[in-house]
Amino acid sequence: MIDTTFIFLQHYWWFIISLLGALLVFLLFVQGGQTLIYTIGKTETERTMLVNALGRKWEFTFTTLVTFGGAFFASFPLFYSTSFGGAYWVWMAILFCFVIQAVSYEYRSKPNNFLGARTFEIFLFVNGLLGTVLLGTAVATFFTGSQFSVSKINLTNLSNPVISSWETPWHGLEAALNLHNLSLGLAVFFLARVLAILYFMNHVNHDQINARSRKQLLYNAIPFLFFFLTFVIWLFIRDGFAVNPTNGLVFMQKNKYLLNLIQMPVVLIMFLTGVVLVLWGITKSLLKTYTKGIWFTGFGTVLTVLSLFLIAGYNNTAYYPSTFNLQHSLTIFNSSSSKFTLTVMSFVSLLVPFVVAYIWYAWKSINVKKIDEEEIRTETHVY
Amino acid sequence: MEHFDLSLVNWSRAQFALTAMYHWVFVPLTLGLAFIMAFMETIYYKTDDEEWKRITKFWMTLFGINFAIGVATGIILEFEFGTNWSNYSWFVGDIFGAPLAIEGIMAFFMESTFIAVMFFGWNKVSKKFHLVSTWLVALGANLSALWILVANAWMQYPAGMYFNPDTARNEMHNFWEVLFSPVAINKFLHTITSGYVLAALFVIGISAWFLLKGRHILLSKRSIIIASVFGLISSLFLALTGDGSAYQVAQKQPMKLAAMEGLYEGTERASLIVIGALTPGKEYNDNKDPFIFKIQIPKLLSFLGYRSSDAFVPGVEDIIKGEYTYTDKDGNQKVALSAEQKIEHGKIAIQALADYKNAREAGDSAAMAYHRKLIDENFEYFGYGYLNDPNSIIPNVPLTFYSFHIMVGLGFLFIAFFILILYLIYFRSFKINKWLLRLSILMIPLAYIASQAGWIVAEVGRQPWVIQDVLPNVAAVSRIDASAVQVTFFLFFIIFTTLLIAELRIMFTQIKKGPKDGGN
Repeated sequence: MIDTTFIFLQHYWWFIISLLGALLVFLLFVQGGQTLIYTIGKTETERTMLVNALGRKWEFTFTTLVTFGGAFFASFPLFYSTSFGGAYWVWMAILFCFVIQAVSYEYRSKPNNFLGARTFEIFLFVNGLLGTVLLGTAVATFFTGSQFSVSKINLTNLSNPVISSWETPWHGLEAALNLHNLSLGLAVFFLARVLAILYFMNHVNHDQINARSRKQLLYNAIPFLFFFLTFVIWLFIRDGFAVNPTNGLVFMQKNKYLLNLIQMPVVLIMFLTGVVLVLWGITKSLLKTYTKGIWFTGFGTVLTVLSLFLIAGYNNTAYYPSTFNLQHSLTIFNSSSSKFTLTVMSFVSLLVPFVVAYIWYAWKSINVKKIDEEEIRTETHVY
Repeated sequence: MEHFDLSLVNWSRAQFALTAMYHWVFVPLTLGLAFIMAFMETIYYKTDDEEWKRITKFWMTLFGINFAIGVATGIILEFEFGTNWSNYSWFVGDIFGAPLAIEGIMAFFMESTFIAVMFFGWNKVSKKFHLVSTWLVALGANLSALWILVANAWMQYPAGMYFNPDTARNEMHNFWEVLFSPVAINKFLHTITSGYVLAALFVIGISAWFLLKGRHILLSKRSIIIASVFGLISSLFLALTGDGSAYQVAQKQPMKLAAMEGLYEGTERASLIVIGALTPGKEYNDNKDPFIFKIQIPKLLSFLGYRSSDAFVPGVEDIIKGEYTYTDKDGNQKVALSAEQKIEHGKIAIQALADYKNAREAGDSAAMAYHRKLIDENFEYFGYGYLNDPNSIIPNVPLTFYSFHIMVGLGFLFIAFFILILYLIYFRSFKINKWLLRLSILMIPLAYIASQAGWIVAEVGRQPWVIQDVLPNVAAVSRIDASAVQVTFFLFFIIFTTLLIAELRIMFTQIKKGPKDGGN
C-alpha cells in the first residue's frame, strides 16, 4: 500500500536539503570574496576592510555547510554513506579547504600568529577557489552520475560487509575531470565572486573599493554566464536518470531535466525568476551606482539553485545516479530515513522560521552601518 | 589505537581518534568560558562598572581564538562518519543522523549568529541585547554538545530503536528514549561539567600568572572569584555525574568497567583500585597477578557499580567465559553467555538476514516470517557475528585503566584545589602564596590531561564496538584503501598540529598583552 505521508515527508526533506544547498551557494559569496582580497584591496587598510566585511559572515556559510551535511545524513543516510565513503578524495579536499578557512579570520591579524598574515590570506584564497569549484563539481554529479554500487545484502557477507562501494580507484577525483561537472564548479566559483563584489558594493563604504568592485563585476559576470549557460544548456539536452514509478527501475530518458522543469511549472517559474533576478542584480549594478544588487542576485541565486536541486530529486528522478549500475542509483525513496525519523525531524524543522528570524534580526542589528576606515581603526575585535 | 598497524580499520580509528582528541582540546574551554564570560558581563550589566566590561572582553578575546579552531576540527568529525565509517552511516544513520541535524538547526546557528553580535556588537546594540547574545552563545555551545553527546551515548547504549530487515538497518521508534536514556543524560552532564571545570582552572591559572607578575590585579582577583565558585560547583557535579556514568557503564558495558578497574577475575564485594600498576603483558587467562602493586578500598566497586557492597562484578575472564548471573535491562536475572556463544548467535542473526532477503525475493512469506523470528531472537548479539576470536571483545586494558585513574585522581585534586582557593579568598583575605599561584598555572595542563583521559576511557574502553554489541568497527568502516586513510591521517596531523602551534602562540601573546585597554 502506498504510504502518502511517507512520500510527502521524503519530498519535504528533499526540499529542505535543496533549500539548504541553495542558501549555501548564496553564502559562498564569503568564499568568492576571499579570492578578491588582493584584486580589490590595494592597501593594507583596504584589505583589512574587505576581510572584516567577509569575516563577520564566514560562520554562517560554515554553519550552513555543516547543517547541510547533518541534514543529508539524517534524511538520506544512504547518500551520506555512499558518496562520502566513496568519493573520499573530493570530500576530503573540500574539508581541508574549510578547515584552513575557519582559523584564518581569527588568526590573520593577531600578533605572533606563527604562519604570518600572508599565509592565512593564502588559506582564504585556497578555500575560496577550491571550496567553490569542488562543491559545484560534487553537486553536478547529481546530474551526471558516479561509479558506485550499493548492495544491502553485503551486510551478510562476513568477510566484506560494506554496503556501498566506489567502483573506480579515483574515489571522487574523476568527477573533477568531467567537463560538465567542471562547468558547474566554475559557474559556482564565478557566481561566488559576483555575489562577493555585490556584497562589497553594498556593505563597504569606500570609494576606491566600490570603483574597483564595479570594474571586477563585469570581469566575473561574463565567465559566470558562460559557464552557467554551458552547464544549463548541456543539462537540458542530455539524457537524465529517470525512475519508473511502477517498478522503481531506473532508465535513461531524453531531456529528462528539461522535461522535469516543464512538468513542474512552479519549479520552472522559480528557475526563470531566479535567473532573471540574478541578471537584474548584476546589470543594474553595472549600469549605475547601485548598491542593492546583492539582494536581487542573492535571492535569484537561491531560487535558481533550489530549482536545480528540485529537478534532480523530484518527478521520478534518481538524484544520485550510478553509472556503474543504473539500478543502484539513489532516489529520495530508496535512500531516505524511516518515516518515524523524518517525522521527528519535521517537527524540529518547524523551528527553522524562528532561526531565520533571529539571524535576520541579529544581522540587522550589527549591520546598521557600513564598514568604513573609521570603524576598522576603532573596533576592538578586528580580523 | 591499541593495535596500531597498517590495516584500514586501525588507520580509520587512528584518524577519528586524532580528530576527536584535537577537537576536544578546544571545545571544553569554549563550553565553560562562555558561561564565565556571561557571568562577568551580567555583573557589568548590573553594576555598570567598566572594569567588569574590560574583564569580560579580555576573556572573550581568548574565547575567540579558541573557538575558531574548535569549529575547524568539528566539521571534520561530522563528515568523517561518512568518509571513513560509511557502513556505520547507513546501518544507524536513521537514529544517529537525527541528533546531528537537530544540532545544526537548533544549536550551531544560535551560536554562530550571536557570536557575531557578541564580538562586534558592543557599540552597535544595546547593553541588554549584548548580554542576551553572550548568554545565547553559551547556551548554543552547550546545546551543540547536547546533541552530539546524545548521539555518542546512543552508540554506547543503543536505545529507542529496532532492526528492520527490509532496509537492513536500525530504525528509531522512540525519540525520547534516545534523548533521555540514562547513559545520554549522564554523559551530557558529565562532559559539559568537565568543560566548566577546565575553563575555571584556565581562568584561575592565567589570573594566577598575572598575580605572580603583579599585573592586572583587580582583573585577576575578580576572575578568580568567579571561576573558583563556578569551578567548585561544577567539579562537585562532575563527581556526581561521574558516579552516574560509572554506574551506567557497570550495567550496560561490563567489559569497559572491567578494563577501567583492571579486573580480570570477577568477584563479589569487589574492591575499587585507588592507585595501582598493572602487570605488563597480562593476558586474561595466564594466571598472572594483574597488579604489580595496588591500593584499594574494599567493596567499593561493587557498591558504586551495583549499589550493593555484596554485588558480583564480572571480570574480563567472566565476560569471555560467561556463566555468571546478571540483571538485564528489563530487570530479569539471566545467566551470561560466553563470548563464543554470543558469536554463534550473531552469526545466526546475520545468516537469518541473508535468508530473509532471499525469501523475500522469492516471495516466500512463511520463510520470511521464520527468518524474521530468528533475527529477532538473536539480534541482541548481531555484531558478534562479525567477530571470530572471543578475545577480540577485550579492549586495551592498560590504556583504559590508567586513563580512568588519571581522570578520577585529577578530578578529586581539582575539587580540593577549588575548596582551598575559596578558603583563602574568604577566610584569608585573598592571601594566596606564590607556590599556590604557580600550582594554579600547573592546573591548566592537568585539566586538559584529565579531559582527554576521560574520552580515552569512553572510547577505548568500548572497543571493538562502534555500536555496543550491534556493530563492531570491522563492519563499520568504508571500503577505501588503507593507504588513502594514511595519507589523510598525516595531512590532518600536520595541519592540526600547525594550527595548534599557531593557536598557542597567539593565545600566549594575547595573555602577555593582557586586556586591550589596560585595566587594573
